[in-house]
Amino acid sequence: MIEIRIHGRGGQGNVTLAELIAMAAFYDGEAAQAFPSFGVERKGAPVKAFVKIDNKFIRSREQIYQPDFIIIQDPSLVQAANPLEGAKKETIVLINSNKLASEVCPGYTGKVYCVPVLKIALEIIGKPIINTAMLGAFAQISDLIKIESAAKAIKDNLGEKYDQKIIDKNIKALKKSYKVTEK
Amino acid sequence: MKNNKKQIVEGSHAVAEVIKNCQVDVISAYPITPQTHIVEDLERMKAEGKADFEYIRADSEFAAASIVLGASATGVRTYTATCSQGLLLMTEVLFCIAGLRLPIVLTCANRAVSAPISIWNDQQDAVTLRDSGWLQLYGETNQEVVDLHILAYKLAESMMLPVMVNMDGFVLTHTYEPIEISKESVIKKYLPKYKPPQNTILDVNNPRSLGDFAAPDVYMEIRQELHEDVLSSKKQITKLAQELKKIFGRSIGDNGLFESYKLNDADIVLVAMGSVCGTIKEVIDNQRGKGQKVGLLKVISLRPFPDEEIVEALKKAKYIAVLDKSISMGSEGVLAIDLKRAAYTKLKAKIQSFIIGLGGRDVTEKMIIKIINSVKKQDNKIQFIGE
Amino acid sequence: MKKLKYNLTVKPGTTTQYKTGGWRTYKPVVDHEACIGCGMCSKVCPEGVCFSTGQKNSKGRVFYDRDLDYCKGCGLCAKHCPVKCIKMVEDYK
Repeated sequence: MIEIRIHGRGGQGNVTLAELIAMAAFYDGEAAQAFPSFGVERKGAPVKAFVKIDNKFIRSREQIYQPDFIIIQDPSLVQAANPLEGAKKETIVLINSNKLASEVCPGYTGKVYCVPVLKIALEIIGKPIINTAMLGAFAQISDLIKIESAAKAIKDNLGEKYDQKIIDKNIKALKKSYKVTEK
Repeated sequence: MKNNKKQIVEGSHAVAEVIKNCQVDVISAYPITPQTHIVEDLERMKAEGKADFEYIRADSEFAAASIVLGASATGVRTYTATCSQGLLLMTEVLFCIAGLRLPIVLTCANRAVSAPISIWNDQQDAVTLRDSGWLQLYGETNQEVVDLHILAYKLAESMMLPVMVNMDGFVLTHTYEPIEISKESVIKKYLPKYKPPQNTILDVNNPRSLGDFAAPDVYMEIRQELHEDVLSSKKQITKLAQELKKIFGRSIGDNGLFESYKLNDADIVLVAMGSVCGTIKEVIDNQRGKGQKVGLLKVISLRPFPDEEIVEALKKAKYIAVLDKSISMGSEGVLAIDLKRAAYTKLKAKIQSFIIGLGGRDVTEKMIIKIINSVKKQDNKIQFIGE
Repeated sequence: MKKLKYNLTVKPGTTTQYKTGGWRTYKPVVDHEACIGCGMCSKVCPEGVCFSTGQKNSKGRVFYDRDLDYCKGCGLCAKHCPVKCIKMVEDYK
């Protein structure tokens, strides 16, 4: 089983990102489970979301304490919310930042990718909504989900609430981020 | 894992979808976390013209329960959903609904009750209503929850009893996982149109009064009949679970009442309800790998409580740990109390009450192992396992 | 009298302890020389973080600035400034 933990602030689309990863994995033929852990329900409060991926139905509802992947959508949380807690030696960390890993999480010795997804989101979507660009970076780095499945997940998940134009922009952000992210 | 009928959706969305497919006529609810997504989805379906039920947004849970009471009394299929303070606010009306023998189905997105305020999951809200005359079913997975709703309507309408389907708030309501949601055309084969008994419904062309006064010479008999019907719904649940298996190909536990997991040779048996049973199963498989003979009895039906059936299933157990996400203050976990009553003079095993996961405390596999290890000890006092 | 282990009353919360500036994407930069001190920015600011500095620029105008500890970078001040002396610049972390 692969376990992914997402850290962000309320309003950043963290829970949606967890859902998108789970949906994409499911479209690839895997079983997946995604669920949030809300703190206080307000914009800006630290939020955690969890994704588990396996080849059989996932029974355990335990939250994730030793993730294989940690996604940090808001770099200010590195200091504020201890998102690196429980990281294993081989855990891969993705942080939305255009700085160097050593600047964002000084002293941490594990594998960290700083991915400038905010830049991509602002460029393509025009708003600081980074989760779909982060999904592209995650697809590239993790090799866990196919990019087509990720695009289908965006279409299915956002389709209920948003119009085609917004979906198209998000898929464009996904693909751009997938392309520019280097492993 | 490929199964073309399966999709990956949020638990709340799946419930809303299945309620629509059950051809419900009247829905009334008041939003409360973590039930909100269910009623939001139902409202959206109505607003987008995808469903033809009446949706009445009430100004409180008390009003919502009263509205479905009135609607159900006119002989139509009704639905509401709530939890926590909302369920408690409904309490007075819920006792009336059971007493009036109205087959309403309610989803409780189980949440802790105040004070202190907690929006997170435990099962204190629902178990507090166990004496109301409502049948109470608890689902482990979103698939089970969805199937329990289909069964609930058939159960309610055949027994003329209200049914509460319980799903752990957030843990199930907000979880995306693979699920098969049965289509309306398939559900129709299982769940026929609701036809209330003659001369029992409120009809302007044939005026009748409902909720009349019962003097001391008859009140007791009416209450006794309610109790006996709640008890006898056990058989009906088993029958309906078998029928459901035939039509949908999916089981609800062993018999709709409970599920036994690796019980045959188990010395230590955990007893629990709801989503935590999945985590327990995972732990059992791991512990069995280490030579520990552990099993699980998952209670699906808290009301009616299947006394004889559960006692039979637990016959070989030496140690029984009952895991409750609730407590009867000053006594023990609610499920533990029921089990001890059912086991009286019939089981020799030690039965111990463990309280877990109150107010959204995450129930970890480590905690379950801790319970397995401590149930063998001499001490039989109630224990809170929070870490 | 029983003394509770957990005190059920708490100090009232205050947003001054909660520095919301951290979740900004853009930050406003005020050109103090161009500011005419009209105070429009402080009137439209939803967070109340625009304030008069009390200092005068070379034209004798008392210029304004903002408290970046709490500014969420919404950009309303820049949009409403009559002399367009506020620029929203990228503030990535």
